[in-house]
Amino acid sequence: MPIEPFIRRTAHIAALPAANIDTDMIMPKVFLKGVDRKGLDAGVFHDLRFDEQGSPLPEFVLNRAPWDKAEFLVAGPNFGCGSSREHAVWGLLQLGVRAIFAESFAGIFFDNCARNGLLAVELSADKIAHLTSLAEAGERISVDLENQNISASQGDITFQIDERRRHMLMNGLDAIGMTLQWREDIAAFQDAYLNTCPWLVPPMTGKTI
Amino acid sequence: MTVRVESAPRTLYDKLVDAHTVRPLDDEAREVLLYVDRTVLNEYTSPQAFTGLREAGRPVVHPEAALAVVDHVNSTEPGRAEDRNAASRDIQMAYFARNCADYGIELFDLFHSQQGIEHVVMPELGLVLPGMVIAAGDSHTTTYGAFGALGFGIGTSDIEHMLATQTLVYRRLRNMKIEVTGDLPLGVTAKDLIMAVISKIGASGANGFAIEFAGSTIEAMSMEGRMTVCNMAVECGARGAVIAPDETAFAYLSDKPRAPKGVGLSAALKHWMSLTSDPGASFDKTVHLEAREIAPMVTWGTSPDQAGPITDTIPDPEKEVDPVRRRDYRRAIDYMGLAPGLPLADIRIDRAFIGSCTNARIEDLRAAAAILNGRTVAPHVKALVVPGSSEVRRQAEREGIARIFTEAGFEWRQSGCSMCLAMNDDVAAAGERCASSTNRNFEGRQGAGARTHLMSPAMVAAAAVMGHLCDVRTLGGEDAD
Repeated sequence: MPIEPFIRRTAHIAALPAANIDTDMIMPKVFLKGVDRKGLDAGVFHDLRFDEQGSPLPEFVLNRAPWDKAEFLVAGPNFGCGSSREHAVWGLLQLGVRAIFAESFAGIFFDNCARNGLLAVELSADKIAHLTSLAEAGERISVDLENQNISASQGDITFQIDERRRHMLMNGLDAIGMTLQWREDIAAFQDAYLNTCPWLVPPMTGKTI
Repeated sequence: MTVRVESAPRTLYDKLVDAHTVRPLDDEAREVLLYVDRTVLNEYTSPQAFTGLREAGRPVVHPEAALAVVDHVNSTEPGRAEDRNAASRDIQMAYFARNCADYGIELFDLFHSQQGIEHVVMPELGLVLPGMVIAAGDSHTTTYGAFGALGFGIGTSDIEHMLATQTLVYRRLRNMKIEVTGDLPLGVTAKDLIMAVISKIGASGANGFAIEFAGSTIEAMSMEGRMTVCNMAVECGARGAVIAPDETAFAYLSDKPRAPKGVGLSAALKHWMSLTSDPGASFDKTVHLEAREIAPMVTWGTSPDQAGPITDTIPDPEKEVDPVRRRDYRRAIDYMGLAPGLPLADIRIDRAFIGSCTNARIEDLRAAAAILNGRTVAPHVKALVVPGSSEVRRQAEREGIARIFTEAGFEWRQSGCSMCLAMNDDVAAAGERCASSTNRNFEGRQGAGARTHLMSPAMVAAAAVMGHLCDVRTLGGEDAD
């Protein structure tokens, strides 16, 4: 999948001040029945965004101006916990979300973000509280991945992500393409590995790996 | 990450990662290219991975290192096999079958005699072996740690990466040791133990960590119990949970159809016995629990850590100091239709569900049947039991357990994930309350507006009989633990 590079963006930020926002909540199961990645923006936070008739619930932050145009989210600890469903990340991107700031992320969700060019940044509780107040005040912020800096009217917030991840996000790089450059290393590793673990050959069904 | 000296004592987790590291990806080896031994694919998280391969014209490098199992979306109705066209009408099952045929991957579809929940099927075939790395598109892949294998869940992009390269870009985790000592009291199970751990350290307590479970309680535990413990480790954030393989693990594997036999087994055993944390290996965090202090657990909220012993009451959110926690508690209690101070044992249920990759193995069904034997489900409760695999189902039928369930008033179903995540027709209605042997009590997990209380299979059986949550120890049974 082509990944849109993230360098610097300015937009509103919406606050979801809760712990353990799980991927069932981000992308309910009724949106998991397809075999492609299309139309998942409709599913994002569906049960919080819409009533039983499908009408937007006015009290939900992403249904209210200016946050209906938010490109950034700020949330509590353990964002994206639960199911491995990558549909949650695809849907958020399709809805226009480009970066999420949280006290912590669940591991699978964090990796899913990286693989799709969605910037996920872990920040201290103080910085999250600061961003949440900016979000609730309806401010626009600028997120600069090159300098790892968030600028807003009340001063800057710095952040730091893994250097390799930053490089891939800024250049929209595809992980598979990068790994395939090590094809010979993988083959050499596998030969040596299976030599030390001969009981793994044949691996599952009787054929040689 | 500091540079490790070759002879420095290592944890079991670090040994597994080291043995599968093709090459480091940064100067400090925080991220490595990790070789993956095997995977299991399901119909709902894999389709876009195959589409990605097709679009890029990439092959599956080792189709023989993958097994495909239909489990998440399928019907569990007893007569499902009579409709041979059902699978072709379902877009995900149909595309799954096409992908397996095109790429040469073995498929257990709805009509296969070994179909079941992926994390029940893989171990019962003997495909999960000590020392392996197994990644799969399901968060509960942590189950495989019971065998001293590193199992972890991945998203669809990483499934594609793994199929194309037999490797993953992997971020090394820190080490946490959870030591549990002593005998579990009568009526207290592996499920209660892991629920007590999650309640103690929180839903994100092991984020960024791999857990090693150790101690005399774990050593005395069956493989089924160990699988339950490792399975739910992801509910406290662990993306990997291991238990050092021992005689119990080797004995379990000895009669499994696809496990090594003969000469291969002798060589394997020698290696498997080395799979322990070295004496003096350092852990970044250690947690200790006394087994005798653990009671049968139930969740009262909408996160797996919102749980307590069945003898407790619903907590009062206003007593929580942390404002986020106070708000989460209020919201959870409101969603669950409960009130602070209410005894957990007074909560009336509408449904009882025994199933899932956490608790639908033969030992789980035996424990529930021991409670149900000679008793009947309360008239207002709809009760469902979905065996973890077709093999478990047959075994339970042979042992007479199936009859105990049906005579008590449970529906006896075919295998699949079913009401654990309710992607098929097994759904609870809004407002309905379900006692469930599953792993997640999130809002809407078992159906929009449905309310889930997690507990052990024996506790579900007891709740089904009484019509409300209750302490299984007050009911007794021939073999309640």
